[in-house]
Amino acid sequence: MVDITPADAVPPAEVGEMELYHPHSWWTKYVFSQDAKVIAIQYSATATAIGMVALVLSWLMRLQLGFPGTFDFITPEAYYQFITMHGMIMVIYLLTALFLGGFGNYLIPLMVGARDMVFPYVNMLSYWIYLLAVLVLVSSFFAPGGPTGAGWTLYPPQAIMTGTPGGQDWGIILMLVSLILFIIGFTMGGLNYVVTVLQARTRGMTLMRLPLTVWGIFTATVMALLAFPALFVACVMMLFDRALGTSFFMPAIVEMGEQLQHSGGSPILFQHLFWFFGHPEVYIVALPAFGIVSDLISTHARKNIFGYRMMVWAIVGIGALSFVVWAHHMYVSGMHPYFGFFFATTTLIIAVPTAIKVYNWVLTLWRGDIHLTIPMLFALAFIVTFVNGGLTGLFLGNVVVDVPLSDTMFVVAHFHMVMGVAPILVIFGAIYHWYPKVTGRMLNEALGQFHFWVTFLGAYLIFFPMHYLGLVGLPRRYAELTDMTIMTESAHHLNSFISIMAFIVGFAQLVFLFNLIWSIRHGREAGGNPWRATTLEWQTSETPPVHGNFGKELPIVYRWAYDYSVPGAKEDFIPQNVPGSFGTSKEPA
Amino acid sequence: MSETTLTHSSQTEPRPAGWQGIAADWSSDQRAFKNVSWGKAMMWIFLLSDTFIFGCFLLSYMTARMSTRVPWPNPSEVFALHIGGSNVPLILIAIMTFVLISSSGTMAMAVNFGYRRDRRKTAILMLLTALLGATFVGMQAFEWTKLITEGVRPWGNPWGAAQFGSTFFMITGFHGTHVTIGVIFLIIVARKVWRGDYDTGRPGFFTSRKGHYESVEIMGLYWHFVDLVWVFIFAFFYLW
Repeated sequence: MVDITPADAVPPAEVGEMELYHPHSWWTKYVFSQDAKVIAIQYSATATAIGMVALVLSWLMRLQLGFPGTFDFITPEAYYQFITMHGMIMVIYLLTALFLGGFGNYLIPLMVGARDMVFPYVNMLSYWIYLLAVLVLVSSFFAPGGPTGAGWTLYPPQAIMTGTPGGQDWGIILMLVSLILFIIGFTMGGLNYVVTVLQARTRGMTLMRLPLTVWGIFTATVMALLAFPALFVACVMMLFDRALGTSFFMPAIVEMGEQLQHSGGSPILFQHLFWFFGHPEVYIVALPAFGIVSDLISTHARKNIFGYRMMVWAIVGIGALSFVVWAHHMYVSGMHPYFGFFFATTTLIIAVPTAIKVYNWVLTLWRGDIHLTIPMLFALAFIVTFVNGGLTGLFLGNVVVDVPLSDTMFVVAHFHMVMGVAPILVIFGAIYHWYPKVTGRMLNEALGQFHFWVTFLGAYLIFFPMHYLGLVGLPRRYAELTDMTIMTESAHHLNSFISIMAFIVGFAQLVFLFNLIWSIRHGREAGGNPWRATTLEWQTSETPPVHGNFGKELPIVYRWAYDYSVPGAKEDFIPQNVPGSFGTSKEPA
Repeated sequence: MSETTLTHSSQTEPRPAGWQGIAADWSSDQRAFKNVSWGKAMMWIFLLSDTFIFGCFLLSYMTARMSTRVPWPNPSEVFALHIGGSNVPLILIAIMTFVLISSSGTMAMAVNFGYRRDRRKTAILMLLTALLGATFVGMQAFEWTKLITEGVRPWGNPWGAAQFGSTFFMITGFHGTHVTIGVIFLIIVARKVWRGDYDTGRPGFFTSRKGHYESVEIMGLYWHFVDLVWVFIFAFFYLW
């Protein structure tokens, strides 16, 4: 119940106005901008650009898998390089950067009612270091020996040995340097996001009134600040192993009949460090998606989110639990059975808060006024895809089931469904949702429908058959499978089919890119609040919002973000900054 | 927004007890941490993240040391100095630790004088802190030189496990880098204090924001953290 009278409910401002840097030239306004919204667009554009590289790499891989022996230029070495760079780019340089650097920068200040991030200069540096990291990564394509082909997990000892592409050339060094730069840049941005959410909210915006989008991005950022250090340390140590000849991760080893200088290092130590980062990373990508999809569903079903508090606790709970499950990626590396037992148990416990979230999304839709807009379509597609990927996660979380399925296409199907396709679907939905705020124009609806159906159905047709391929025993990361007995006729046809679908889905993304550019000028005028949404970013006086986000006065928040279809209210939505009490809101007291 | 506005939180309603009270405090209006400025909050969160970095470094070192199958060099012999005809174990490291801990004392005094707006004493104490920090790094360079002349390399050493040299140079090097960065920033902040930037509200060169004497305290947080990390490195490397 929000039976508050505005006069006594609004506390005085606890902190004064933010000092903003006002740009003096074109360069400081659009290039070296300290405005979080410009930085967000820079992040998003860079992430999308490098993501296109990863998309093309996936095409090249599918060419080889679908039509083996047809394309001579795809050598096994090149195949490994494609697979490595595809994975690394998609997980870190695209998904992490786009969700946190892109959506985080754009939405956090607007949604919490702040003029900007708390330290805009540091925020700007964050982007430029990210860009440098991307450039270093791209440069490895042109370095002697090409990029590293060690697999995105970069497991030693093979990552820095002669047989692996880039292992004794530039590839692995540039990869590690790029990751270290990424982490430094991310930390600068991440500190900003966290402090902005914690300390710079507008009047009336308690944490329990935050839109779930902010909760998701905030929790993911906290996790990233605690998980990336492990990757940082692992990268530094492997860089020393490769460049200085230390033996952190390198055991005594014979290569090409020659004993290497290394001795006494522990490859398993790297795996622990990597997955202490790597598993939280899955949720660093997933939690912003969870948050955003909650807001999309609530807005487009014109109904308050079901169980808001539980949604918040589920996000926080998943975030905390994800730090104690990492070794489920290492069941086949060999570990004490009790450890396997422990990590299997914690892994399955994560299913509880995750299931709470899925039920709450479905219950939000239940008897809602569902508008099948493009963002809503993507949100629904996310739920279906995520449930699918989550269920196979239950398979792989169990030690006994995981061991035979390990390193098969089943695993590829699982993680692409749960942390590849599902978050990407949310990104698309979110872009269709917020594009009108960023540009003032709607994206083209017909192209959007085409993009949605091809992407959603196509992604299913790509990844669903992979479960079958995995169950029949098709291993992953093999460049050439034709001579293997498990490579049956049906498996081969399926592989060709998957490859063709991959091209079709990839083509649909080009249509989407075209839509993004075309609609900037030719899209339908959107107005300030086309979706009739409640959150603060839709209440700005100008669209697109100007530097400083809000007009002279910061908005004051009187209610939670989910007052949709409140019984007794005139409109079917009540923005967060509208005072007074209307009807019977479902806001938790 | 002002960095040091110390206003009181606007708590009008009675506060819930127990866990609900904790949740209510954290999620309260506008700020989770009342009277904590943005800069200070940011430094604390950065230090938390940095703790994880040092934690991972030290855990990796412990893993290497515990799982090695060749002897680990004896710290009390390796780190001994030959003084007056006999080997004095850990003497250099004792002096280094003393210097660094003392610099925390001078830093704390600088923070105190900063809040009293005593420009001269604040700046002098900060420079003294920087000097002690630089002394520490200098002695570390001496220690590195000594070990290198004795044949210790990141990839091996004359006495046993190769990981001794690699973890030693990596972790003390990473810590020394932290101290060096601290020294540089101490000098920058001390210059600002000396010039009176925090009294006149002169905007920063890069950020174009006004500085505050609180910067001295935030600088101090970092410095004390680097000190604290050293205590752990000292314990795990030299006393184990």
